[in-house]
Amino acid sequence: MEKRNVYMDYSATTPLKGEVLDAMMPYLKENYGNPSSIYSKGIESKEAIKQSRTKISRLIGSKSDEIYFTSSGSEADNWAIFGALKGNGKHIVTSKIEHPAILNTLSYLETKGYDVTYLDVNESGLVNPDDLEKAIRDDTALVTIMMANNEIGTIQPIQKLVKLAHDKNVLFHSDAVQALGNIPVDVNKLGVDMMSFSAHKIYGPKGIGALYIKEGIEIENFVYGGGQENGKRAGTENVPAIIGFGKAAELAMNCLKEHVCHCLDLRNYLADELYAAVFDSHVNGTMLDRLPGNLNVSFDYAEGEAILLMLDYMGISVSTGSACGSSDSVPSHVLTAIGVPESRIHGTIRFSIGCFTTKDDVDYVVKAVKEVTKKLKELSPLK
Amino acid sequence: MNMYNDIVMDHFMNPRNVGEMKEPDGIGIYGSPTCGDLMQIHIKIEDDVITDAKFKAYGCGSAIASSSMATTLIIGLKVEEALKLTNGEIVDKLEGLPEAKIHCSVLADMAIKKAIFDYAESNDKHYDALKGFDPYEMQEEEHVCICGKDEES
Ligand code: FES
Repeated sequence: MEKRNVYMDYSATTPLKGEVLDAMMPYLKENYGNPSSIYSKGIESKEAIKQSRTKISRLIGSKSDEIYFTSSGSEADNWAIFGALKGNGKHIVTSKIEHPAILNTLSYLETKGYDVTYLDVNESGLVNPDDLEKAIRDDTALVTIMMANNEIGTIQPIQKLVKLAHDKNVLFHSDAVQALGNIPVDVNKLGVDMMSFSAHKIYGPKGIGALYIKEGIEIENFVYGGGQENGKRAGTENVPAIIGFGKAAELAMNCLKEHVCHCLDLRNYLADELYAAVFDSHVNGTMLDRLPGNLNVSFDYAEGEAILLMLDYMGISVSTGSACGSSDSVPSHVLTAIGVPESRIHGTIRFSIGCFTTKDDVDYVVKAVKEVTKKLKELSPLK
Repeated sequence: MNMYNDIVMDHFMNPRNVGEMKEPDGIGIYGSPTCGDLMQIHIKIEDDVITDAKFKAYGCGSAIASSSMATTLIIGLKVEEALKLTNGEIVDKLEGLPEAKIHCSVLADMAIKKAIFDYAESNDKHYDALKGFDPYEMQEEEHVCICGKDEES
């Protein structure tokens, strides 16, 4: 088998699209003006940021001044949570399968006297709306539930969940970092009050994210300083990254339909071929409400890191249960929450397909996985 | 670029002494209480010398590499010498493992001790270095699920 480089970890990050880099280039070179300066060089930067904001707002169906730039999706999540805590709200509702940017922020708040309810999910990874309804209390300040999961790709019924929260006058935030660019995201239709995004998951640059805050929703400012981001999040703007984010959003909007079909076709092909090629494999989560490019598979008799390393050796980049867990052996909280037994969690690989994945890539990955799992099974004392 | 050095990768990609024996003199199976991974070793002993060793492992790259390295280290050693082998020495021979992966090398170390213990028990042998070593108690305390299947049923 001829060695081939295949990147199949688009949920971790995506390569920068050429058009995005081209759009950013001038702002890394000659257009270095500070957007707050009032001479031409500054005004040019300011104008470019404005256009970027508009492009992103079009992708999510918001007004452009409802978009606030942050350094990352994690920062947007932090801001949404800390920002929503004011008055007597002492309680937050979330799910058990959130990103660490949510879960670790909430567990910090628990040490500060806040109360958090972690909703269970079913074996597909879905939150039960009835559970949410029951969990909301008089002192609930915020509900935060992700739109699509980073490990198993489950897409939550956000619209329904938002309605339940709003019926009880509670703010709703959703982390849509994995969803953006991969499924339609329309903030008005969903009804969310706040939503987090990140550019590097949609073929834009790293180091730039955004928080959507619905007009009329008042949350605390996050960074004090200059008047950037309407005075809510100070700091000189990361102009080239913002321009890249805007361009990536524009491209995502233009090709959303094709992108979804492309990923879905290849993902389903990968799932079918893997199932046929590797006898002891099991797909985690649901095939229905799932991000088009995501496939999460457990293999018996082969441990995840060992599979990952051998695939890496063959030129393939994938991740184990969770990219953030690559240096420790704590089993994934998401797979635990959907009831995958611990022994199986150990042998889990996440494949995520994107824009540049080809059918040949999938064929190569299937062959490689077959070879690797066979080799590891021979090595394994488990029967 | 890799999270492991070349020696570790070599032992991981081309593990030495993989397999099982028809009639081993000692069998050691040890499951890591930290991660549930598993190492099994079969040894042959003649005149108090380990003449052969074969292993199988379910685990991460570091577990496989250190098990492989450990077998190469003990073959040809006197039993007493093999018992002195520590996981630290295995790590040294591999020229280092990432901090979070040090515990994986314990698998090999413990499995070897258990295999020798098994041999000693069935051949009524006594080794000083085995004093106080009780694998039965150990595994129960740490509650290791060997096959990984019992929690499913
Ligand atoms: S993580 Fe289990 S042996 Fe390395």
